[in-house]
Amino acid sequence: MSSYHLDHLQYLETEAIHIMREVAAEFERPAILFSGGKDSICLLRLAEKAFRPSDIPMPLLNVETGHEFPELIEFRDRRAKELGAKLIVRTVEEALKKGIAHPTPGQISRNQLQIPVLLGAIEEFQFDCAIGGARRDEEKARAKERFFSFRDSFGQWDPKNQRPEIWNLYNARVNPGENMRVFPLSNWTEMDVWEYVKSERLEVPNIYFSHERECFRRGGQWIPIPPAQSDPTKPDPYAGARPKPNEPVQKLVVRVRTIADMISTGMVESRADSVDDIIAEIAAARVTERGSRADDKASEAAMEDRKKAGYF
Amino acid sequence: MPHTQHPIEILRFNTCGSVDDGKSTLIGRLLYDSKSLMEDQLEALERSADITGGGQINLANLTDGLRAEREQGITIDVAYRYFATPKRKFIVADTPGHVQYTRNMVSGASTANLSVVLVDARQGVIEQTRRHTFIAALLGIPHLVIAVNKMDLVDWQEERFLEIRDEIEDFLPKLGAFRDVKFIPISALDGDNVVDASKKTPWFEGPALLHHLETVHIASDRNLTTLRFPVQWVNRPNNPTDRELHDFRGLSGQIASGIVHRGQEVVVLPAGIKTRVANIWNYDTPLDEAFCPQSVTLCLEHDIDISRGDMIVGLENLPGRNAELHAQVCWMHSRPLQPGKKYFLKHATQTVQAIVTKLESRVNMTTLEAEADPAALAINDIGGVRVKTAKPLVFDGYTTNHLTGSFILIEQGTNATVAAGMLSAPTEAVTPEYTDFAI
Repeated sequence: MSSYHLDHLQYLETEAIHIMREVAAEFERPAILFSGGKDSICLLRLAEKAFRPSDIPMPLLNVETGHEFPELIEFRDRRAKELGAKLIVRTVEEALKKGIAHPTPGQISRNQLQIPVLLGAIEEFQFDCAIGGARRDEEKARAKERFFSFRDSFGQWDPKNQRPEIWNLYNARVNPGENMRVFPLSNWTEMDVWEYVKSERLEVPNIYFSHERECFRRGGQWIPIPPAQSDPTKPDPYAGARPKPNEPVQKLVVRVRTIADMISTGMVESRADSVDDIIAEIAAARVTERGSRADDKASEAAMEDRKKAGYF
Repeated sequence: MPHTQHPIEILRFNTCGSVDDGKSTLIGRLLYDSKSLMEDQLEALERSADITGGGQINLANLTDGLRAEREQGITIDVAYRYFATPKRKFIVADTPGHVQYTRNMVSGASTANLSVVLVDARQGVIEQTRRHTFIAALLGIPHLVIAVNKMDLVDWQEERFLEIRDEIEDFLPKLGAFRDVKFIPISALDGDNVVDASKKTPWFEGPALLHHLETVHIASDRNLTTLRFPVQWVNRPNNPTDRELHDFRGLSGQIASGIVHRGQEVVVLPAGIKTRVANIWNYDTPLDEAFCPQSVTLCLEHDIDISRGDMIVGLENLPGRNAELHAQVCWMHSRPLQPGKKYFLKHATQTVQAIVTKLESRVNMTTLEAEADPAALAINDIGGVRVKTAKPLVFDGYTTNHLTGSFILIEQGTNATVAAGMLSAPTEAVTPEYTDFAI
């Protein structure tokens, strides 16, 4: 009987596939949020496993801040093409032009501005469900999140009034205008994600591996130097995110542990240049993945507040 | 499928107890002592300790992730935490103790292999201890740990520990069902008997809580004897250019119980059609067999009309099929159950309309006795009901199969999940009039 056994990755995988199929069966117009980051890479493999030999029955959606690592964008586009999936990209830039989003004065990160863009895309395509790669171990407001997380017609999360989730019976019902965010990786940890990347031999963008990069120190983080301004006649999209005279630039051997955009991702010094090295590094790590995210450090309730406003 | 060198199992457990029993502190302690707490989390704890805690680190702040929880110092919602030791990985559901959050305890406990019920050594067994133990038994959680906490505040007296143990052992037989029950004297605050055996309890043979969590035998909790495969999604590539894909018709789903073999004879219910499993698909490889809880795609020998909500079962131990059902429900919504009102009932992979035709009983949470003919079932009540569905369900009793014996009720209009239900065993098995295919 001992062979009828699932190890932890197989258990997490079968749970996530079940959830993906529930989405396909219960929603009219679902989408998968795909950024090209490690968690959403796992989501796509799970989607393949859930639906092959059929095509993945939903498009991929990404919200660009305009501050992305170029390596990530290249990877995202290539992976979507390999899968034969439809990729929809909506940008903060566009939303600013249309007046849907407005930057907070003095705020250089566009993290918050992703919210109206995401909500706009959901409305534009009438998505009733968006599958995301968020994990409960990332952050303590996320630890309270359901697999099927209901959002009202304003896209808001109400943490005190969540639908109870019992057994594997997910209540997927929404009224027109409302939508669901679904998180198949809820029970996965950072380690599980990398072990899955390894066991499935998944390709990840090369910025996850150690490389030389010019960085500067700000807010206790190594911030990457943004790309040079391509058109000096236009306003610098990275204004405020470039090193000041008192912030000396250093060439370091670094990698990213978690990817937001270039402004809010701290690089970590690392020699890990293979998936095995990364797994060893995480096993020995003494800080969490989100320790290098400036967006989460704003306050103890930073994530909770963003989620209430419609963040994924 | 991935295979690591030493397959590591996942154990899911939930912690419950009343307010201030120290649940969150216990989880914080397990994370801290198993070195699963990271420096930035500790830093955040220290920061909030300086602001609100007078310098004392409050491990509960780790799981109480919502602003309202930190303000009120209580757990409102289920929080999930993850940690690992070299022996096992753990998914912890920290469930609230407050009486008005019973529904959240039911949610957090429904998927658990094991339940840890905390008892404050000073207060002893209180109504909530009984309620939480009762719910764990009702949900069919196989393993139970009674952690008698705050033993430091009763000077680690063995007599006190035994007194509490005896009192719980007195009412346990009424609840039935647990495979094993362990009593452990602990101090979550100081960590005694949490990760390592404590020197303060020479009278206690052990094990420490973590050791028990690492070693308790869960492999035989699964039902591997009776095949149940609720059809979740019909996989039809409809690919016009590839002939093989054009004809592919697979039935995707997660095996709720049992093992399925290629070539096995199966029955499709409710139609009652007998056929064989031609192929078992797992993404890119055909399998000879698959078992619960794997998610797979089955191809059948005959092209039968099958859709989501149907159930594929083995020829032995057939399930029941009925539109009139008896169940225990836990009511989860502030609007009480209204007999005669139409709800949606989601069972396995199908959703049907249903009405509750009769309230038969309501559990008195103090005596744990079922009282007949209640006036109402309101939020956090548990009781026996009769349900009529618009279409017969193919089902098992909850005690023999959690996944084919459970349902949720959804309120029409608001779409709120209003109840969790556990079906009583069918009075008779379905007798399909087999339509055999002539081959």
